[in-house]
Amino acid sequence: MMRTISEGYLPWLPPQPETVRAIIRGLSDLSADGQLDALAALTRTDLDSNHIAKVDTRLRALQDAARPLARFRLAILATGTFDFTVPALRVAAFRHGVRLETYLPGYGQTAAEVLNPNSGLHAFQADGVLLAETAAGLGLAAPIVDPGEADAAVERAAQSVAALVERLQAAGVGTVLLQTLPPPLAGWSGHADARLPGAPAAMIQRLNGRLADLAASHQAVLFDVAALAGRVGLDRWYDPRLTYRAKVPFNLTYLPLYADHVARLLRAVRGLSAKCLVLDLDNTCWGGVVGDDGLNGIRIGQGSAEGEAHLALQTYALHLKQRGIVLAVCSKNDEAIARQPFEHLPDMALRLDDIAVFVANWTDKATNLQRIATTLNIGVDALVFVDDNPAERARVRQMLPAVNVVELADDPADYVPLLAGSGYFETLTLTADDMQRADQYRANAARAAALETIGDYDAYLRSLAMECAVAPFDETGRARITQLINKTNQFNLTTRRYTEAEVTRMEQDPDTLTFQVRLKDTFGDNGMIAVLILRPFEDAYLCDTWLMSCRVLERRVEQAVLAVAVAALKEKGVARLYADYRPTAKNGLVRELLPSLGFAPVGPIEDDGTRYVLDLDRHVRPDLPMTLTLAPSLQSAWREAA
Amino acid sequence: MAKSTSELHVAIVKIFKDVMDVEDIEITNETTADDVEEWDSLSHVRLIVAVEKKYAIKFSDAEIESLRKFGDLVTAVARKTNA
Repeated sequence: MMRTISEGYLPWLPPQPETVRAIIRGLSDLSADGQLDALAALTRTDLDSNHIAKVDTRLRALQDAARPLARFRLAILATGTFDFTVPALRVAAFRHGVRLETYLPGYGQTAAEVLNPNSGLHAFQADGVLLAETAAGLGLAAPIVDPGEADAAVERAAQSVAALVERLQAAGVGTVLLQTLPPPLAGWSGHADARLPGAPAAMIQRLNGRLADLAASHQAVLFDVAALAGRVGLDRWYDPRLTYRAKVPFNLTYLPLYADHVARLLRAVRGLSAKCLVLDLDNTCWGGVVGDDGLNGIRIGQGSAEGEAHLALQTYALHLKQRGIVLAVCSKNDEAIARQPFEHLPDMALRLDDIAVFVANWTDKATNLQRIATTLNIGVDALVFVDDNPAERARVRQMLPAVNVVELADDPADYVPLLAGSGYFETLTLTADDMQRADQYRANAARAAALETIGDYDAYLRSLAMECAVAPFDETGRARITQLINKTNQFNLTTRRYTEAEVTRMEQDPDTLTFQVRLKDTFGDNGMIAVLILRPFEDAYLCDTWLMSCRVLERRVEQAVLAVAVAALKEKGVARLYADYRPTAKNGLVRELLPSLGFAPVGPIEDDGTRYVLDLDRHVRPDLPMTLTLAPSLQSAWREAA
Repeated sequence: MAKSTSELHVAIVKIFKDVMDVEDIEITNETTADDVEEWDSLSHVRLIVAVEKKYAIKFSDAEIESLRKFGDLVTAVARKTNA
């Protein structure tokens, strides 16, 4: 069964064990320590609500058992019934290494609890307060026709929250968690809610912006419940029956989800968020087993769904690195073989210098994870382990229960949502340190600035920071070259199809000039996007095949490819390049390509085609809006021809 | 025809014991909240939610307010699942 967040599951945790009842019943036979271990293991599974309550009861009975856990005293000031939430919060906090004690006054008592110095809240001496307001409680549930009054209502709501935060902080509460408000289930005017300042949805959205500002100005913690509700969908998030029946603010199905999100924030407050992502390689970072399938047999990058899914995980890892998460590799492999894809496959997003600790050997993974933690001088509880192999995951959970092991689905397309959804790397904000580590951050900012100043099309193309890499065919590119040759229909001058064996022969024939082209830009790596094959013809050369992926049309890549080809031909002492256009039902796109590049028509050929010729001495190298990266064998020709 | 009322009774007792976290008490059709310490207004809501989820049904507020004893819940589920 596929567990999904929208059905109330926490799918990055392993499912609740089938023996959960027996485990709980058997607790009484164990020592206090044994009970705590068994219960801790249960908190790291996807428990249903009833078992959450049972585990909570047993954990509380063991309150005083010695355990090096961070403690946190959390008061919940809420409008609405939060009694249901408390056991789930305590269990989720335990999962994240925090022993939680809670205080929940009667609902709607927020102001009284904060303002009255003799209130239970002050006696409780909270480390933190969760402010769980509702739109109604903040006076934003009813629409306001007058825009000025609507703004005043939002301002009043923001001010009242700010006042509460300030009072709490003055009373010594270190951490205030501010919940954003989800949009209402029922709209007011329809689509116009988005443009009417007094629509409840619009006021709530503005208040949420104010809460984010407030979190920044007051060092409070933003708990984006609106995003959580959006994630599962408002129709599911709200349960009007339960709200009317028991003043429960959201569907209890999502109690585990809500609680885990509070807990991961508390973990971040306590400085316990994970610091290092440890990746398995085979079938995790790429499809296939590099030791069996070979360097060119594994699936990574553009061209296959599987390869793209694995690439997405690598890219996500890099995004984590941008905000200071350390990356490590833990693979059962020969180290030299494990390193090869990083060194030789251009489609890999991760490079060896992205990996702080690279462990590939045949030792068991628990030992290796311990070694990685020691190398980085962090605890194993700061490691997040991603491995497609259920047996390895189970073994690590057993040997090193503190490691955060992400439960993966069978399909690599789900890897990134599961890792991202797990929240082990929760951060409250980015520190100066985080940002210094993130070189790409600055580059991104520069690109964004460039986009704002776009004038003409070439300036736009320059702002894309394209990197075009041209190389002769090679073993690594063969499969993708063959795939492009056999499936490209539109930008394809001759539509000749070749097998991989034929592609290999052309690659190895010294007289045939072959080119494979890759393109990166600010939006990411497009992978291989163009192929050009030139072969000797009479006293000159003829373009046998020229094709390009439609993803990169209008980027002037074709001009770049031609310029490189011209340089290579000139080095060979060739004076002219012939090229044919053979029309098909689908390649009308390139009917005018050759004349537009300066080719002159020679005359008709078979199949209604037209032959063109380019006098190479008349070719003028264009000023290209991209960086060219040429294979070593092309570099001297390029310099000479300039 | 859905399960017999006695099968239903057994299944709902199991849910009840899970929700209330009680093991060794006998639940009959005549059991009321006065008989079970753990059966309070909060756990009652959880019980209703659990039963609704298990049988993919939704009770109206009137139906919930008419529940006085355990047997009323079994009868209500039997009625909704037969409908």
